[in-house]
Amino acid sequence: MFDPAFLFAGILNGLLAGGIYVLVAVGLTLIYGVLHIINFAHGSLLMLAMYAVFYLWRLIGIDPYAALPVVTAGAFGLGFVLYRLLIGRYSHGRDENILLITLGLSIVIDNVALLFFGGDTQTIDVPYAGTFVEIGAAFLPLPKIISFGASLVICAALGVYMARSDMGKAIRAVAKERQGARLVGIDVENVFAVSYGIGIACLGAAACLLMPTYYVTPSSGHAFVLVAFTIVVLGGMGSFAGAAVGGFLIGITESLGGLFLGEQLGQIGISLIFILILLLKPTGLFGSKA
Amino acid sequence: MLEVAALRAGYGPIEVLRGVDLAVGPGEIVALLGSNGAGKSTLNNNVSGLYRPFGGSIRFEGEEITGASSMHIVKAGLVQVPEGRRVFPNLSVRDNLELGSYRRGKPHRAANLERVLEIFPRLRERLTQSAGTLSGGEQQMLAIGRGLMGEPRLLILDEPSLGLSPLLVEEMFGLIGRLNRQGLAILLVEQNVVQSLALAHRAYVLENGRIALSGSAADLARDPDLRRSYLGH
Ligand SMILES: Nc1ncnc2c1ncn2[C@@H]1O[C@H](COP(=O)(O)OP(=O)(O)OP(=O)(O)O)[C@@H](O)[C@H]1O
Ligand SMILES: [Mg+2]
Repeated sequence: MFDPAFLFAGILNGLLAGGIYVLVAVGLTLIYGVLHIINFAHGSLLMLAMYAVFYLWRLIGIDPYAALPVVTAGAFGLGFVLYRLLIGRYSHGRDENILLITLGLSIVIDNVALLFFGGDTQTIDVPYAGTFVEIGAAFLPLPKIISFGASLVICAALGVYMARSDMGKAIRAVAKERQGARLVGIDVENVFAVSYGIGIACLGAAACLLMPTYYVTPSSGHAFVLVAFTIVVLGGMGSFAGAAVGGFLIGITESLGGLFLGEQLGQIGISLIFILILLLKPTGLFGSKA
Repeated sequence: MLEVAALRAGYGPIEVLRGVDLAVGPGEIVALLGSNGAGKSTLNNNVSGLYRPFGGSIRFEGEEITGASSMHIVKAGLVQVPEGRRVFPNLSVRDNLELGSYRRGKPHRAANLERVLEIFPRLRERLTQSAGTLSGGEQQMLAIGRGLMGEPRLLILDEPSLGLSPLLVEEMFGLIGRLNRQGLAILLVEQNVVQSLALAHRAYVLENGRIALSGSAADLARDPDLRRSYLGH
């Protein structure tokens, strides 16, 4: 039962799954860090992006990976516009109103999706779906490796953007000190919209990386976001590093849990790790006090 | 340069400023005095565009800026170093300073950074340290440095000496004088009444939401009412 090769494969598979989790969680944690709310529309918007990828393939024959720049940019635009026209305007500067609006948005999107896309499970057949790569004793599906690499690159690029660019610094400044940000002339409302846009852009990218190996239904976004939410809390609300480490930790836990306990019981591992870490460090792995 | 006329402002139903008139001319240091809660910071924050005044007018270099956004006001060259510093605790000292030129002064960012670090050598030693871990005095230097990065034409300083040791207070007043001699107009809010009156050209005293007293700093320093309420003799 404790065949090391088996374990090795399980860990690698978990790492690969973790890459996408990190991407979804980074978007969620960014929005939390700046707007101080959990974006309840996260799952619905991920689902919407997955349908966009699906229909780009089905109707025009665009490969999911090739669609990444367009879908990511489109998702950014959608997030930005949603914030500007809906969330920012009707929240009247109160964080708790933003929460309610994103919740309502989620309900509307889910039902509209059901109406237009139907409840059927949709998948994309890519020619490379059955290609496996041998690493050590493990055989790993090529698309999962590509997706993993791509999400790492995207997260790293986002990290550099947040650390180096003026807008990235402004976003981090607004997250902790809005009044000070206004006093140096930062357009705080615009920073909110850009942050929301970037958070949703992460979902656009994640959708492209998921679709070669995953399926989409009107409810398939929520499963991911539930895991992503766990990761965000686990890593420390608003922490980038926390989202990254937490994402891989959860990916591996889920994979090993599935291996030893079976698909259904495997999810228990996530809850166990979650409870354990929060017991030891209530603010999460990389969380700060306030 | 700055002309505030009949300004009324406050928070929700509470009117804190009930018709304030005040002006700062080019090259001037103007001190704004008043007891705690008199509304000095309220005035600064309305001038800076953080709040929308109830009424009256604020003009900067001839332009009407009443109710304008803080972005617009910073862009015009009116910069405030706020009470309580409001530095970005999660950003490095360097990033804090660089964001000072987010809206204005960006083309000269490198040169201005060098100038600020010459004024505050302690900040140079701590460029990569996050601002939240600086001492109170160092944070105050950072807040002023960040303000200077925006190439202000008029600088509002709200209690810049708050929490500084006596030696640093002395230094702070020296610095304010030097900045002013380089041509910077300054609106100074201070609790150190004697020192600020010694430094300022003119002064105003805010009481009950109105300007109770104003005039040349030298005259005000001799005013018996002012001496009684602020100096106790
Ligand atoms: N955000 C706010 N909401 C409601 N009331 C406020 C707010 N900020 C200040 N006030 C009130 O407005 C009045 C003036 O406050 P302000 O901060 O302008 O005083 P100040 O003259 O700067 O005092 P200090 O010397 O203590 O800094 C006070 O009574 C204060 O309680
Ligand atoms: Mg004050």
